[in-house]
Amino acid sequence: MKLRMGVALLSLAGIFVAAYLWLYKQGHIGSIVCGTGGCETVQFSRWSEFMGVDVALIGILGYAVLLVIALAGVQRPAARWPAQLLALLAGGGALFALYLTWLELFVIDAICRWCVGSAVIITLIFVLALLDLRRKPPSATMA
Amino acid sequence: MAQAQRHAKAQPKGGKSGFYWLLGAIALVGAGLLVWQMRQGGAVSIPANVEVLASDTAGFRGYTLGSDSAPVTVVEFGDYQCPGCATFSLVTMPDVKTRLIDAGRIRWIYRDFPLDEIHPQARLSAHAAACAEEQGKYWPVHSLIFQGQRDWVLGNATRVLRGYAEAAGADVDAYNECMESARYAGRIEASKQEGVRLGVRSTPSFLIGDRIYENMNYDTMRKLVDSVSSAQPAS
Repeated sequence: MKLRMGVALLSLAGIFVAAYLWLYKQGHIGSIVCGTGGCETVQFSRWSEFMGVDVALIGILGYAVLLVIALAGVQRPAARWPAQLLALLAGGGALFALYLTWLELFVIDAICRWCVGSAVIITLIFVLALLDLRRKPPSATMA
Repeated sequence: MAQAQRHAKAQPKGGKSGFYWLLGAIALVGAGLLVWQMRQGGAVSIPANVEVLASDTAGFRGYTLGSDSAPVTVVEFGDYQCPGCATFSLVTMPDVKTRLIDAGRIRWIYRDFPLDEIHPQARLSAHAAACAEEQGKYWPVHSLIFQGQRDWVLGNATRVLRGYAEAAGADVDAYNECMESARYAGRIEASKQEGVRLGVRSTPSFLIGDRIYENMNYDTMRKLVDSVSSAQPAS
């Protein structure tokens, strides 16, 4: 259950990181605190959208889904499906984050620290979900 | 049974409520920080994809320095976020100003050439300068923008640029209204389009005579001005 709590807390943090980037892109936040100057470059590059949707918005929705599943998993510690679903979705998210980080390093040539932060969060969620998957299910007496 | 007891021990009753408290606290702090950031002032957006109207360029041919009767006109196409332009402004321009512009040898015109792909704040800063011009503070703000390039690129650009207008003695309310209206977006785009037509590819570039030259030092510029001056028919 602690693993799922960890996933929930990380997902919530991920929502705020993605929301910060999205609000900046939408013009609701004057300037982004970045430190490298790369955040603006990344956020206004053509790769900041994926199939016509803001990558940051995809992040908000993705983390929200992970949060809901993790909370459901906390409520049902014996159920295996939340761990399976979390591992599947977070795995996809981590691969997507890997692709975005590759774009930053080798195509856009600018690093957005908040994007890197989000990549770290989704990777941690994936690791926790995998550990949850490997965990032995509680004994039948608990049910 | 023993396993169940161990499990119960590992997950005390208060564990869940502690978790929900922590989740709620993170939610509150996160939402609070976002609201605080939003209250710092929204970004002023200066669109790049504007249609240039005749009124955008009526009576405007760039920001000028020096005498209209100077024999040579040099047009700089610059981008406020470009490091090379900042270096030119800080290192080369003082010599150009004293020895060529103030000496009546050239008339200087600055035109915006924002490189949007690599400098997302270029139009914002160009618009800040345009709003300062409205209050007769163009050149002081122009210099401050280049001097503080790192500050506004890495910090809150909207706020830092407003500070330059204020430091130059501009009326801040009028400046804010000007920035929010984005009324010079068309003028900036017109300058960019003219630069493209003339063959500008990088910044800073200079139109001297009828040719475009890329970044240069003072000596090279002086030689070019000498050459263009001597090529002109005596009046």
